[in-house]
Amino acid sequence: MTGRVVVAGASMGGLRAAEQLRAAGWTGAITVVGDEPHMPYNRPPLSKEVLAGKASFDSLAFTPKAAAADVEWRLGTPVAAARLAERTLDLADGSTLAFDGLVVATGMRPRRLGCPGPTAGRHTVRTLADAQALRDALTRPGVRVVVIGAGFIGCEVAATAVGLGVREVTVVDPLPLPMVGPLGEAPARALLRRHEERGMRFALGTGVAGFEGAGGVEGEDRVTGVVLSDGRVLPADVVVESVGSVASTEWLDGNGLDLTDGVLTDEQLRVGGLPYVVAVGDVARFPNARYDGVPRRVEHWSIPTDTAKHAAKVLTAQLAGFEVCLPAFAPLPTFWSDQHDFRLQSFGAPALGKGDVRVLDGDPDGDVLFGYHRGGHLVGVVALGGQAAAMGAAKYRAQLLKQPALTA
Amino acid sequence: MKVVVDMNKCQDHGQCVFASPDVFSMDDDGHLLYVADPDESLRDEVEEAADVCPLQAIRIEA
Repeated sequence: MTGRVVVAGASMGGLRAAEQLRAAGWTGAITVVGDEPHMPYNRPPLSKEVLAGKASFDSLAFTPKAAAADVEWRLGTPVAAARLAERTLDLADGSTLAFDGLVVATGMRPRRLGCPGPTAGRHTVRTLADAQALRDALTRPGVRVVVIGAGFIGCEVAATAVGLGVREVTVVDPLPLPMVGPLGEAPARALLRRHEERGMRFALGTGVAGFEGAGGVEGEDRVTGVVLSDGRVLPADVVVESVGSVASTEWLDGNGLDLTDGVLTDEQLRVGGLPYVVAVGDVARFPNARYDGVPRRVEHWSIPTDTAKHAAKVLTAQLAGFEVCLPAFAPLPTFWSDQHDFRLQSFGAPALGKGDVRVLDGDPDGDVLFGYHRGGHLVGVVALGGQAAAMGAAKYRAQLLKQPALTA
Repeated sequence: MKVVVDMNKCQDHGQCVFASPDVFSMDDDGHLLYVADPDESLRDEVEEAADVCPLQAIRIEA
């Protein structure tokens, strides 16, 4: 096979796409273009081990497979624009890159709060540089920390801060319980109790109206407090914004694609009806044939690898002129979150069954296993506790794989 | 084929056990056990296990 596949995005999804193209038999050139200066690295430790000082940045780099040794990496070079019909990309350094096949793997960046106030002292956690800056801030003595957003990243960061000995750590969220969106009420309540027992504070059911600052030097105001929607002010030297993320798709504007939340794909991860463009990772909004066929983005760690394996086979077949005869993409979602001394482990799609949550085993105050149901079928399990609980969840994995599709 | 797991990194997630049950398993306490010199015919599934390890603790040598 001749020609060039360009992978736009040099994170885990970009690396896996390059490796899986080789595994699928693509022998032409592969170029991976990415905006960060680093080779792809593993992100989950950023909010935990890296922030806690237990893992060096060097230990996070993925080791590319030998079969991908001839892949060309163009790092520190964002893609500026794409002209899909002409099969060319414009890079931010002014160069143009022609492709035969394209993999969209540009991922997400953190959403930022637009409310008024100083920006110094406000952090996000997505990249190595972010985690380094936040660690430096958290390890200054006597800091008061406010984390905005009680989702997975917010709760992990807050738990890590408590573990570092930060005495005042408060998590703010407009919803009444942490992680209630993906997990439902009873598991979220069990999580809240565990966090409070370990010294984390919460300001729930309230949003953020703005930030207070001081410092005096013009343009160098630093944050000193978070103004809540209910009028209260939480003193803060360090603010972490973990309020979701935004798909990095601006470079695809002007190509007639559906970019309303990531890039829409069909059931084979193809983009815009084009046989030579596929998407992988959390930027891809794809239907999952295992569930209801509604296209969704999935931000779990397992998705870049799952999507890359499927998309690479599809793209390689199409570029070779073959019909795609693969079953529709149907990954079993799995995610985990380590917080303080406990682990949350999930298989399946709990968010689709959070209206009918039952305790399958254990006790919400200790090791517990929740089952999520829709139409009477088990669609997800979530374990909370130690290793025994996580193993309990794993026992349901085969059952979840065998469940008929929700639309069946 | 030689398999090496960095046990300082391993956090007993068990994803490798799903990918390659012939090579990886958990003991009764939930800790990882593995075959260090599996048969070459298992290479694909061991590579899958290395890919899905959340800690990237599995290395395949030669």
